[in-house]
Amino acid sequence: MFEKILIANRGEIALRVQRACREMGIRTVVVHSEADTEAKYVRLADESVCIGPAASRDSYLNIPAIISAAEVTDAEAIHPGYGFLSENADFAERVERSGFVFIGPRPESIRLMGDKVSAKDAMKKAGVPVVPGSEGALTDDPKEILATAKAVGYPVIIKAAGGGGGRGMRVVHTEAALLNAVSMTRSEAQAAFNNPSVYLERFLENPRHIEIQILADEHRNAVYLGERDCSMQRRHQKVIEEAPAPGIARRVIEKVGLRCVEACKKIAYRGAGTFEFLYENGEFFFIEMNTRVQVEHPVTEMITGIDIVQEQIRIAAGERLRFKQRDIQIRGHAIECRINAEDPYKFTPSAGRITNWHPPGGPGTRVDSHAYNNYFVPPYYDSMIGKVICYGDTREQALRRMQIALSEMIVEGILTNIPLHRELMIDAHFVAGGTSIHYLEKALALRR
Amino acid sequence: MDLRKLKTLVDLVAESGISELEITEAEGRVRIVKAPPAPVPQQYYNPPPMPMSPMMAPAPSGGSPGISTGPEPVQVMSKGQIVKSPMVGTLYRAPNPESSTFVEIGSQVKIGDTLCIIEAMKLMNEIESEFAGTVKEILVENGQPIEYGQPLFVIE
Repeated sequence: MFEKILIANRGEIALRVQRACREMGIRTVVVHSEADTEAKYVRLADESVCIGPAASRDSYLNIPAIISAAEVTDAEAIHPGYGFLSENADFAERVERSGFVFIGPRPESIRLMGDKVSAKDAMKKAGVPVVPGSEGALTDDPKEILATAKAVGYPVIIKAAGGGGGRGMRVVHTEAALLNAVSMTRSEAQAAFNNPSVYLERFLENPRHIEIQILADEHRNAVYLGERDCSMQRRHQKVIEEAPAPGIARRVIEKVGLRCVEACKKIAYRGAGTFEFLYENGEFFFIEMNTRVQVEHPVTEMITGIDIVQEQIRIAAGERLRFKQRDIQIRGHAIECRINAEDPYKFTPSAGRITNWHPPGGPGTRVDSHAYNNYFVPPYYDSMIGKVICYGDTREQALRRMQIALSEMIVEGILTNIPLHRELMIDAHFVAGGTSIHYLEKALALRR
Repeated sequence: MDLRKLKTLVDLVAESGISELEITEAEGRVRIVKAPPAPVPQQYYNPPPMPMSPMMAPAPSGGSPGISTGPEPVQVMSKGQIVKSPMVGTLYRAPNPESSTFVEIGSQVKIGDTLCIIEAMKLMNEIESEFAGTVKEILVENGQPIEYGQPLFVIE
């Protein structure tokens, strides 16, 4: 087992990794920018190294500085957390070439899953269901286009190959509108991206975002740790997550979970990973794989009793998984609310000094946060200052505990989205469960 | 207890309202006392099983702590310009072990003169002076691990 790990991240995940290390008797080296010198986990670290000024580009994204810090402190392994360099294959490669262990998958896996087209391809080959679509770009032949759309199934969405971020897309509900839609999208694509290439996919009108957590060791053992429902999103940012996903039969989850496990074995995946799907009408459609620990990992920890960060460390140290799939038991229900330093109505960021920090507590309530009384939330980074996770034997109990926790929580000196969470936790549709990825934005629009 | 940790403790005492701090760890015990405005700084240390450098309490005036690295205490309080490290790495005072150091206390430097080398990822980086003047203080040792922004030299 490692004696010293360097934590190449900041905020709540740095504290999370540090806690896992301390529990395992592993010494921690924390790297930090000048803006994070007063961070709780910096003060608690066995060693800390300032690696640059506030700007992420010069600190948390500064590969030479991080590797240097590992060298001067004689760290053995580097944990990249999430965000920053965690899914940067070059970083993983350079860490390994410099003689350190990268706590994560092999660089090749990161590269494979980082390219969304190759990821989809790899998943198709591994038997994981993907969004049905045209195999590549559409031709100019109208007959072919009609046939492709028919095979995929309406409604379809025409997407510009060179586009992205919601641009260069058009939804088509009927065959009659298809050819016109394709030529219009082509001209728009040519004008906007200088690339008239378009492709076609099934359009999911009200999907839910369901993801599968997996763990895989270097000895070809892999398991899935159930699923998470992360449909409550605003602008593609998750706001509330829960596990298990309400209203989805266990057999259905088991089927897709085992496919993900097989896919991991096929690509020789190592470490923790998450397969993200859109789920509609009982069907799963793969969208992407995240090759790192995720923000919402605590809800899975609460329902399985497995410490995902510690398992990452054990896997990286070459150990075998200590459990088989049949040992994984899902018990109870967990919900997580991401607490952001932002205006709860305008969503503008709110940096500054927390003058009063009072977190909730009690049975089934877990708070993962690096904040403390008088902590200065720096303006240079992500606005998330913590996560509140509530566990219950049932979803109702988890909801009730979260309502109570949010009512107790006080953060003064900065604005937070706690008022928003309080509203959502009693929102009729959310409480009923099963809302789609569009629900939160619709609900927010109605608020105004 | 390593020097960096000792320095952190001294800084902590100096910058806070603490007048006395005692810490016991596996490697030994350290007591740091902030003397009131009085002529003689007090020195306490308890010899641990392993040898350890004696700790000096911060000098009364100004409040900036000093850290002793040997028999003579060095204080980081002066009117000069501080050269800070632009990177993380290991500091070397000379181009190679056989040569003499780039600068010593009293050396005259121009802007652009090499003060030291910081090794990062097997590459040697020459650290050049942004100021002209005389090297008044050298705050680091040969072979010491350096972090970004760490004060290295004081040039007057």
